[in-house]
Amino acid sequence: MTDSRRIELTVNGRSRSIEVLAHHTLLDVLREDLGLTGTKECCLVGECGACTVIMDGNSVDSCLVLGVEADGSALTTVEGLAVDGKLSPVQRSFLETGAAQCGFCIPGQLMSAHALLADVPHPTRSQVEEGLAGNLCRCAGYEQIIEAVLMAAGASDEDAAANGEVRRATRLPAMGDRSATPDAELAPQ
Amino acid sequence: MRPFEYERPNGLAEATALLADLGPDARPLAGGTDLIIRLRDGSLRPRVVVDVKGIAELDRDIREEEGYLRIGALTTMTDIAADPRVQREYPALAESALYVGSVQIRNRATLAGNMCNASPAADTAPALLAYGALVVATGPNGTRRFPLDEFFVRSGVTTLSSGELMVGLEMPRPMSPRGSIHLRRTRRRGHDLASVTLACAVTPDGATRIAYGSLGPRPSLAIDDSGRLADPSVPDAEKADFLDRLLADATPSPTSMRASPEYRLAMLRVLGLRGVKSAIDRLASAQAR
Repeated sequence: MTDSRRIELTVNGRSRSIEVLAHHTLLDVLREDLGLTGTKECCLVGECGACTVIMDGNSVDSCLVLGVEADGSALTTVEGLAVDGKLSPVQRSFLETGAAQCGFCIPGQLMSAHALLADVPHPTRSQVEEGLAGNLCRCAGYEQIIEAVLMAAGASDEDAAANGEVRRATRLPAMGDRSATPDAELAPQ
Repeated sequence: MRPFEYERPNGLAEATALLADLGPDARPLAGGTDLIIRLRDGSLRPRVVVDVKGIAELDRDIREEEGYLRIGALTTMTDIAADPRVQREYPALAESALYVGSVQIRNRATLAGNMCNASPAADTAPALLAYGALVVATGPNGTRRFPLDEFFVRSGVTTLSSGELMVGLEMPRPMSPRGSIHLRRTRRRGHDLASVTLACAVTPDGATRIAYGSLGPRPSLAIDDSGRLADPSVPDAEKADFLDRLLADATPSPTSMRASPEYRLAMLRVLGLRGVKSAIDRLASAQAR
C-alpha cells in the first residue's frame, strides 16, 4: 500500500494543493510534482546544500524534509527570488562576480545567501562563510561566492526597495498572489 | 526511498499508544536529519513513520522552571544556539549546538532527536551530561524523569521503552558561578563528525565534570570531586596522569575510519586538559563579574 495525502502549501507566493506520496521528500515534490527543477538533487544526505529552499523563513535541505511535512508551510525556491523578471540583488551580484561556474550548486547557494541576509543584513566575511558552509561547490568558486554575498549586502542599502521585497519573500508565511513567478508557467495546474 | 505510511498524531496519549502498538514497525520523526537519511539508505525500514511535530503537548520552548531550564522536545539546534539563557548559563551546550551540521541542518535537527538517535559522536550529548541534564519521557505508563547518563546504551539504542517519547530535557540551574566549555576534534576544518567531542564544567566547590563522545559505544561522563583538576595550582603533568585514570572507560573503536584508537585517546587527554584549563579560566571570569 502506498500512503499519500493532500497537502496545502504556499510556494513562491502561490497557494498550492497537491497530493503527495508519504515517502517522497520535499525535493521530490518540488521537482516532480510542481515542476520546479531549479532546486537541485545531489548528495541526498544533507551535506551539499544543492537542494536548499527556504521554509517558513528558515533554510532547509529539502532532501531531508518529507513532502507531507511541508503541509501548511510557505516555501521560497530559487524560482521565487526574481520579482517581475527583475533579479534579486544577490542574483545580480552572483552574476557580477562570476560566482556561477558550472552553476549546479548556485540555486542552493542563492537560497542560503538569501536566508543569511534576511537574518543578518550586513554580515562579516566569517558570518558569510558559516552561513554558506552547508553549500558545497565542486568548482570551488567559494571566493567569488563569498564576494557576491558581501557585495549584495553592501548593495542592499542602495537598493533597499528591491531587497525589501526579497526579504518579505523569504520571511513571511504568506504573500498573496504572485502569479507572475516562473513556477506559475512551469508547474502543472 | 521505500514506501512507508505516515502518521501525524495530535495528542501525546495517541502517539505513545500508536508507537507502543507498532513497536519496531514504527519510527518517530522530529527534525528528520538523521532518520530520512536512514530511510533512504534502507538501514531503517519502518512500516510507519510517526511525525511527532503535530503533538499538542510537545513544544519548541526553552523555559525557566523551578530549578531547571526546560528544553521542549521540538527545540532545534538553531533555537539552542541562539538562546541567551543557554549562552549565558550553559555555554558548552550553545557551542556544541553550533557544531552540528550546517545552518540548514540546525534549522531542522532537534536536541531531543540528537539524544534519541544516540550516536556516540552526538556533539550536544557531552554538554548535557556535564550539566547533569535529566530526560523527561512519556509513555503508555506515564511520565518519568531520569538522568541523561542513564539514557544511552549504545549507538542507536537508548533506555526508552516501547511507546516512550522524550518530551523534554531539563538542565538544573547553576547554584553558583560555573566555568564550562565544549571542545572537539575533527579530521578537517568544516563540517565533520567528531573524532573526539568533549565538554567540561568546573564549579567553585572544586568539582569537575568531564563528558566525552566518539570514544566508545556511548557518550560518557566522569566526575572528579577531589578538587584536583579544578585546582589551578596543580601542574598539568599531574593533571594529565589523573585524567588518564579518570577517563579510563574510554574505549574507542579500532575499526572507525575517522581516527585510530591511539589518536583518539591521545586527543582525549589533550582536549581534557584544555577543557579543564578553559573551564577554570571561565569560572574565574564569571566570579570576577
